[in-house]
Amino acid sequence: MTAEHDVLGDLMRGSLDHCVKCTICETFCPVSNVTPLFPGPKYVGPQAERFRVWDETSADQSLDYCSGCGVCTQVCPQGVHIAEINTQARAKLRERTGFKFRDRLLARPDVIGRLSTPVAPLVNLTLHNGATRAIGEKLLGLDRNAALPSYPGRTFQRWARKRTSLAAARRVAYFHGCGANWSEPDMGEKTVELLEWLGCQVDVPKGQLCCGLPAQSNGMFDLARKYTRRMAKTLAPSARAGVDIVGTSTSCTLMLKREAREILGLDGDADLRAVSDGIYDICEYLLMLHDRGELRTDFKPLPITVTYHAPCQQQGHGVGKPALDLMALVPELTVIENDAVCCGVAGTYGLKHEKYGIAMDVGRRLFGQIADAKPELAVCDSETCRWHIEAATGVKSVHPIEILHRAAGLS
Amino acid sequence: MSQHDVIVVGTGLAGLTAATRLAEGGARVLVLAKGVGATHLSPCTIDVLGYAPDRVTDPGAALAKLDDDHPYAAVGRDGIAAAIAWFAGAMRERNPYVGGLERNLLLPTAVGALKPTAVVPETMAAGDGGDGVLVVGFHALKDFHAPLLADNLTRGGIEARAVELDLVPEGRVDVNSLGFARAFDDPAFRAEVASQLVARLGADERVAFPAVLGIADAPAAWGELRERLARPVFEVPTLPPSVPGMRVFAVLRERLRRAGVRMILNAVVGGAERTGGRVTAVTARVGLRDVVHGCDWVVLASGGFASGGLELDSRWNARERALGLPVSGVPEGERFRPDYFDEQPMARAGVAVDGALRPEGHENVLVAGATLAGAQPWKEKSGDGISLATGHRAAELILGASVPSEPAKAGA
Repeated sequence: MTAEHDVLGDLMRGSLDHCVKCTICETFCPVSNVTPLFPGPKYVGPQAERFRVWDETSADQSLDYCSGCGVCTQVCPQGVHIAEINTQARAKLRERTGFKFRDRLLARPDVIGRLSTPVAPLVNLTLHNGATRAIGEKLLGLDRNAALPSYPGRTFQRWARKRTSLAAARRVAYFHGCGANWSEPDMGEKTVELLEWLGCQVDVPKGQLCCGLPAQSNGMFDLARKYTRRMAKTLAPSARAGVDIVGTSTSCTLMLKREAREILGLDGDADLRAVSDGIYDICEYLLMLHDRGELRTDFKPLPITVTYHAPCQQQGHGVGKPALDLMALVPELTVIENDAVCCGVAGTYGLKHEKYGIAMDVGRRLFGQIADAKPELAVCDSETCRWHIEAATGVKSVHPIEILHRAAGLS
Repeated sequence: MSQHDVIVVGTGLAGLTAATRLAEGGARVLVLAKGVGATHLSPCTIDVLGYAPDRVTDPGAALAKLDDDHPYAAVGRDGIAAAIAWFAGAMRERNPYVGGLERNLLLPTAVGALKPTAVVPETMAAGDGGDGVLVVGFHALKDFHAPLLADNLTRGGIEARAVELDLVPEGRVDVNSLGFARAFDDPAFRAEVASQLVARLGADERVAFPAVLGIADAPAAWGELRERLARPVFEVPTLPPSVPGMRVFAVLRERLRRAGVRMILNAVVGGAERTGGRVTAVTARVGLRDVVHGCDWVVLASGGFASGGLELDSRWNARERALGLPVSGVPEGERFRPDYFDEQPMARAGVAVDGALRPEGHENVLVAGATLAGAQPWKEKSGDGISLATGHRAAELILGASVPSEPAKAGA
C-alpha cells in the first residue's frame, strides 16, 4: 500500500459507471438550482469525468462552481461518489490554472488565526469595516458582504492548557478545530464544561492546527495532505489509547473521519487510519451514549424557540440529525427543523466575490424559514454556516452544544 | 447501538409509505437507504393493474385474475383500497389525487400512447377523455416532445396538435423539468404562458402540458391555468426528473419529518444479526464504517434489479443485497425474450413472501415494493400500485402486530 493510496481505489472514479443518468442529484443540487453557471453534478461529475484526461486542459471549467456541499453523493441511489470525483477533478483543474492568492489565504485558517489573535482589535476593525472590505474585494476577491469570523484575541488552547479535567471513567479527546480555537473559544470552553458535566474526562491534545479541509476544498491537495497528516499525528495517540475523539466542527470532523482517506488518497497513513476509526461528531457521540443509556439527561427546562439547520457537511456523516434527538431531551425547548440542504456558504465558497451571490441565493430558502420562525437562536453544527446565517438573518446562531450547556445549567 | 421499533430500508414509494404510516401510527422508525428512491423517476400515477393480460377497465375486479403468488395476493382488494384511501388522504392538502379501484383512466404518456391507470394527480385527470387536445411544449425543455405526442395521439384516434413556446425560465439556456416547474411557481411566468396561448385555443380542446406545472404549489399553478385558458388542463409525465414524483416525495418526507423519523441516506444495509427466525439488528455501511441498528421489525423496500435491491451476477445467481434473502423465480431456461414488450421470464424474479409479506424463515421481516417476486410491473402496469399497497400493508401488519397465518387471496 503506497502512502497515497485511495481508500476506494478505482471504486472512486470507477463509480461513475454506476450512473444511470437518473438526474436525482441534479434535483437536489443547491447550486445548479440557482445559477446557470453550474450545469449540475451529473453533467460535471460522471458525464464530464469520462472526457477528462489528466494531462490535457479541459475546455469546460464550470466545475469550479461546485460548492462541494456533497448533497449529490448523499442522494445518489446508485452509489456514485459524485462530490468526491468533482473535488479531485477541481484540484487537477486548479493545478493547471494556478491558485489565487485569496485561495491560498483561505486554505490556511490556522495561520490567519495565529497572526490575527495578538492584534485582534485591529484585525476585527479591518474585517468588519466597509472601506477595508471594499478594498479587500477589489484586491483579493473576498466579497465585501461575506461573513468573516471575528477574533476575540484569546485562544481556546490557552484556556485548555490551564485546566485539568478530573479523572473519570469515560475519557474523551476534544478535537476543537480552527473555529473554536481562534474565533469561538467560548464554544470550545462550553464543550469541555458540558462533557465534564456529562461525566467525561476531557483531554485537549496539544498542537492542533488545521485539518486540511479548506486546502482540500480550494484544490491544494499537497498542502491539505501536510495539514491532515500533522493533525492525524496530533490526535493519533488518543485514538491508539482507546480514547474516543469528539469534534464540534462537523466538517473538519468529517474530513478526518472519511474525506481525507477518500479524496486525498491518505488511506495509507496509519495515524489517520487510527483517528478516522475513533473520531465522532460531538452530537453523534452524545446520541450514541444516549442510545446506550449512558447519557446524563437531567436537563433543566429551556422555554425558548430555536430553529435547527443540519448543514450539508453534517449530513455527510450519515448519522441522521442527532442534534434534534439531543435537543428533544431538553424540557420546554421548542425546536423548529429547517429542511434546506445547504445554507450556501459551504466552507470558503460563499466568501469569494464571484460566488457570494450564489451562496446567498442558495441560502434563501433557509433564511426565509428562519425569519418565519422568529427564533431566539438559529442552531447549526458548522461555524462558517453559523456566521453566514447570522449575517443573512440577523438571528444569533449557535452550535447545538450551547443549547445543551444552557440546559445543563452551566450558562 | 440505537434501538428502533421498525427499520425501513428504502426511500421509494413503498419505503416512504411504510415509514410514514408506521410513524404516524406511533412506531419509532428509522429509515435507511442508499440514496433517494424511485419517486423522482416515476410519474407517480398509481397504476394498480393496467393489463391482465388484456387492457383492464375495472382494476378492482381484474385483481381476481392474478396468480396466488402475485404480491397483491398478500394485500387483497380491501387492503389495496385501504392503501389508496390512506395515500389520497396524505396527499389531499398539497398534491390531491383522484380515482379509485373501480375504473382505469386512460392517460397519454410522453410519447402519446394511452396508459391505463387507477389513481392519479388531479392535475393529470383531464387526460382521460375523447375531446381534441392541444399539446403545449417548450423549445427549451428537451425532455418533452409536443409534436411527437400530438402525432401519436392523433394516430390513436384523439385529434391533437402541438404548439411549442419559446419561453425560457429567466437566465437559463438548458432547463430540465424541475427548472420549468420552478418557473411555473411564479405567477408572472404562468400569466405569460397563458397570454401566449389564449388566442391559439380551439373551441372544445383540452390543453396538455408537460408535468411541470409547479413544484411548490402545483394545485395553484394548475388551477390558475385552467381558469385563464377556460379549458380542461392536464399534465403529461416527462422524462426524469419527474416533477409529480418529487411532489409525492416532498409530501411524504415532510410528514416523516413531522413525525420525528430519522432518515439516513448513503446507508447501505448489508447484513443482519439474527436470533432464530428474527432479525434483531441490521448493519449499514455508512462512509467507511459499519453501523449496527437494533430493531423489532424490518420493512425491506430496497427495490428490484433496476434499483440495486436485487442483483444478478454473470452466472445468473441472484441475490437480495440488504439481508441476503432468497431470490426466487430466476428461470432455468429462457430468461429474456428479444421483443422488449414481450412477456419477460426474468420479470417475476424477486423475494417470495407469505400472506403476511414475510420471506421464508423470517418472522419479523416484511418485504414491500419492487423487491417482491411474482409480478411483471412493466407488462401489467402495476409498479406503483404494488409499492403503495405492499408498503401500506406492511405498516398495517406491524401496527396491528397480529400477523395472520393464512395468506389472503387477491380480490378477496
